[in-house]
Amino acid sequence: MNAWLLLLPAAVLLIAFTHFPILATIRHSFFITRRTGAEVFVGLDSYHSMAADPIFWRALVNNFWFALGTIPTSIALALLMAMWVNRNMRGRGFLRLAFFMPTVLPMIAVANIWLFFYTPDYGLLDQLRGLFGLAGWNWLGDPGTVMGCLIVMVVWKEAGFFMIFYLAALQQLSPDLEEAAAVEGAGRWYTFRRITFPLLMPTTLFVAINAVINSFKLVDHLVIMTKGGPNNASTLLLYYIYEVAFVFQDSAYAATLTVVLLVLLSGVALVKFGYLDRRIHYQ
Amino acid sequence: MNRRTHPLEVIAAWLLALLWLAPLAYAFWSALHPAAYATSFSLSAPWTLENFARAWNQAPFGRYYLNTVVLVVLILIGQLALSTLAAYAFARFKFRGSGIAFALVLLQLMIMPDVLIVENYRMIGKLGLLDTIPAIALPYLASAFGIFLLRQTFKSVPQELVEAARVEGAGPLQILWRVYVPLARPTYVAFGLVSVSYHWNNFLWPLIVTNSVEARPLTVGLAVFGAPETGVDWSIITAATVMTMGPLLFAFLLFQRQFVQSFMRAGIR
Repeated sequence: MNAWLLLLPAAVLLIAFTHFPILATIRHSFFITRRTGAEVFVGLDSYHSMAADPIFWRALVNNFWFALGTIPTSIALALLMAMWVNRNMRGRGFLRLAFFMPTVLPMIAVANIWLFFYTPDYGLLDQLRGLFGLAGWNWLGDPGTVMGCLIVMVVWKEAGFFMIFYLAALQQLSPDLEEAAAVEGAGRWYTFRRITFPLLMPTTLFVAINAVINSFKLVDHLVIMTKGGPNNASTLLLYYIYEVAFVFQDSAYAATLTVVLLVLLSGVALVKFGYLDRRIHYQ
Repeated sequence: MNRRTHPLEVIAAWLLALLWLAPLAYAFWSALHPAAYATSFSLSAPWTLENFARAWNQAPFGRYYLNTVVLVVLILIGQLALSTLAAYAFARFKFRGSGIAFALVLLQLMIMPDVLIVENYRMIGKLGLLDTIPAIALPYLASAFGIFLLRQTFKSVPQELVEAARVEGAGPLQILWRVYVPLARPTYVAFGLVSVSYHWNNFLWPLIVTNSVEARPLTVGLAVFGAPETGVDWSIITAATVMTMGPLLFAFLLFQRQFVQSFMRAGIR
């Protein structure tokens, strides 16, 4: 029995839809396609125009704020949720269900529901504001509020998913530690800060890495909520790639942008495999 | 022995849980009431299934359901078959270059098909498959994640069982089928649940490669249906939204523990 024969079907598809596309992306970033269909080598030209493209920089900066807005908050909430669900609390099954539920929903359905919350005047948020006599606000139409609105929604979507990793980690921790701390008279906050949280550090790093990867992938909601607007205030790198390739039909420039995304993801991969995996042992 | 939880903390936990459920509860409220009650919550509001009926009649949701079911089944079968064979090769065979081959497989964990949309679209175009269900499935059929999970499971299969089967005259494929696969059942279930959830919910790639009712999955159908320029009533869009997430949500409520455990196993890799 030849091992390569067993690998063959998976290898063909992996090469066709992962390895070859990666190489093709890099190649296409050095070419442009003329209207006649002829490919012309242009060297670094596409990279130069990318460096001069304000929307590209906008998307990159947005990606940074999006990550910064979603990751620490959802991690903190996830930890809080896990500590609650891990306790002998009344209705912990229900709590776990409620927290985890957004994980199984399609992002596109979530976007539809939240879109309505943020609808000016008629939407739920403005109805609430109306109760306090405040005027309606175009939440997603204002560059100042759109990112915050999307961040809140994504935190809601992701926190419960991260919770389960903390839950697993908490269940591995020895109850003796907390008991010993209690006997020594340590307060709850002190115990958490000096014992529980440091012991959960591997989980935190693991979750953080996954959250960073997710923050580059999550763009579904933009398609129906904002289309990257207003004035590119909510666009993200992958969404911009989608727009350039399939709305503006410029696949050469889309390839150049994709190279940036690939470099960023490889950077995350290097951190994950090169640094973290040596220090964290899951199993 | 847990320390007693302060009652205030119990209340806080419950408040957060209710807050977390609120968006979904709201979606159900809006879908099950006439449009006039979309934002006014009154106990006397009449219940209705009218929104569902109208959504169902205004767009081919029956076809979208069928497409999504075909899509997730196709992907699941392909992934299970290909991952099983590849994982078996990595777990039980020594061959030159296996380390490099495995590293090349793992590359897909970091650079997922989701970000290679431009070139994959080109590839699907070259294959002449644009706007078909296989086009949505193809980039995902070889799953690094499935290979990785199964390889780990296969490696933990006791060698004595393999030897026993070999003594009885079983060939390598028979050993795979009769020893490894049955023992890896929990892994298959976990991987299956995550895969079905992921592809039921997937949106961007199907949006890019499909263009017709015949190929569109539910998520894309929902986006087309709910686009603001269609001017469809809000309550009807929410009904369509509930229909889109309904089956998965129902499965989750039934098999909650299994879902949570599967996502956990799948995440920790």
